Amino acid sequence: MAKIIVVTSGKGGVGKTTTSAAIGVGLAQAGHRTVVVDFDVGLRNLDLIMGVERRVVYDFVNVINNEATLHQALIRDKRVDNLAILAASQTRDKDALTDEGVERVLTELSKDFDYVICDSPAGIERGALMAMYFADEAIVVTNPEVSSVRDSDRVLGILSSKTRRAANGQPKVREHLLLTRYSPERVRRGEMLSVDDVREILAIELLGVIPESQSVLNASNAGIPVILDEQSDAGQAYRDAVARLLGESRPHRFLEPEKKGFFGRLFGS
Amino acid sequence: MTEARASRPVLEFKGRMMTLTILRLLHPSVELLAREVDRRVKEAPGLFKQLPVIVDVSEVASTDLHADLPGFIELLRTRGLVPIGIRGGDSRFREAAFTAGLSVFSNKHLPDAAADEREPARDNRARTAENGKPHGAPAEASPRNESRAAVEAPPPAAGSLTVTQPVRSGQQIYARGTDLVILAAVSPGAEVLADGHVHVYGALNGRALAGVRGNTNARIFCKSFRAELVSIAGIYGLSEQFDASLIGAPTQVSLQGDTLRIEPL
Repeated sequence: MAKIIVVTSGKGGVGKTTTSAAIGVGLAQAGHRTVVVDFDVGLRNLDLIMGVERRVVYDFVNVINNEATLHQALIRDKRVDNLAILAASQTRDKDALTDEGVERVLTELSKDFDYVICDSPAGIERGALMAMYFADEAIVVTNPEVSSVRDSDRVLGILSSKTRRAANGQPKVREHLLLTRYSPERVRRGEMLSVDDVREILAIELLGVIPESQSVLNASNAGIPVILDEQSDAGQAYRDAVARLLGESRPHRFLEPEKKGFFGRLFGS
Repeated sequence: MTEARASRPVLEFKGRMMTLTILRLLHPSVELLAREVDRRVKEAPGLFKQLPVIVDVSEVASTDLHADLPGFIELLRTRGLVPIGIRGGDSRFREAAFTAGLSVFSNKHLPDAAADEREPARDNRARTAENGKPHGAPAEASPRNESRAAVEAPPPAAGSLTVTQPVRSGQQIYARGTDLVILAAVSPGAEVLADGHVHVYGALNGRALAGVRGNTNARIFCKSFRAELVSIAGIYGLSEQFDASLIGAPTQVSLQGDTLRIEPL
């Protein structure tokens, strides 16, 4: 049986899809058969971030409606073995995600993969609820600012009450906090919540802290998941997060402002 | 095997103290009473659903209401309440109660009606529990004694509702008829309610309402006070009114007359 992991946040624009792509690639590189499923029907983005937008023929909704087989709809990644993508439909809406349909597709995927990553849409409406419902674990993506933390808190409440595990009285969904767009410099200036502030409010295990980085934007525009950029701090931070997800213990990095040398200060780079 | 089983008791009778709601009838007109019941139930349908009640007829004992009692009991049942007995009244009322399938409680068995009467703010504030939003001005002082059928505030039951998980934004927890003990944080946007005390052994960042059915002796205790709103028996205060020195400190909230007292523990 595959492990189903939902990447969720409540708030939009915090880095769910970037995280789904990075975690998916990281797990596949570690040798686990992994599929990333885009639940954002109507606003599909995952295919862009993963650089496969020109290869989408059939999508998640086609499979739910039995218009295509899973085999036809899955897009194999050309850079990383063991990685597949199931794109969302751009022309339908979230009502196309029926309970039975989603369950059937996830059950089928569970046979062929070790990890199913569900990239949730923003909000707490149908698409997001469906992405969460079948999860075994959840990565809650949060930016270090109050409205994002509040929304994550709300989502954590839903995870503990409105998932299959909660309905069946099984052990609760394992929750991980991933803090993204973190800027130690702005925390130092008091413009952003610190890691400790967010941990105190949400009170869940910290999976990783991804620094705010130009490399994330560059990677998104190029359709290359940022975790493949081994030079970038964000890529390295995602790599650490994947290792922790797989049970390794690694110290958290990029939490302090970078100390700039004399020339760094001079040229402001 | 059969014998072994037979030697174990299959049932037992036990005397237990329970919290019950008492419905005091204060007017002899059954039409008026029925209308008032309907109004209350409409205001807070969830609060009255399957609520066991004892009908107190002592205020109307000298009238002929006993003739309408079975009909009135039936009305309560159709509105979702569960009448279980009456108290007060003479033999005419006792007979009417038996006809309606109810038991008769003597006043000895239950808290004194006069003691209940000392508690103000017992009536309309019941709404608070239903939709989670306090109504009316913060210091709406005079108890509405003109009400025809008052729902009494029951004393907190023995035991309490204990919550070990954080109460997240958007979640609401209500300890009906008892105290609420929370061993984790209450997030901003979360709401915790109890008929008795509210204890939060974490940070209280959301809303806390104690004594929501009118118990003015209820209190709120918390380890770190950052509440958005606190309320006791319907009298509430908002965070902007709180003394800045209390923020983040261990705090208790109680009611003194019609004023909330918020002080360090």
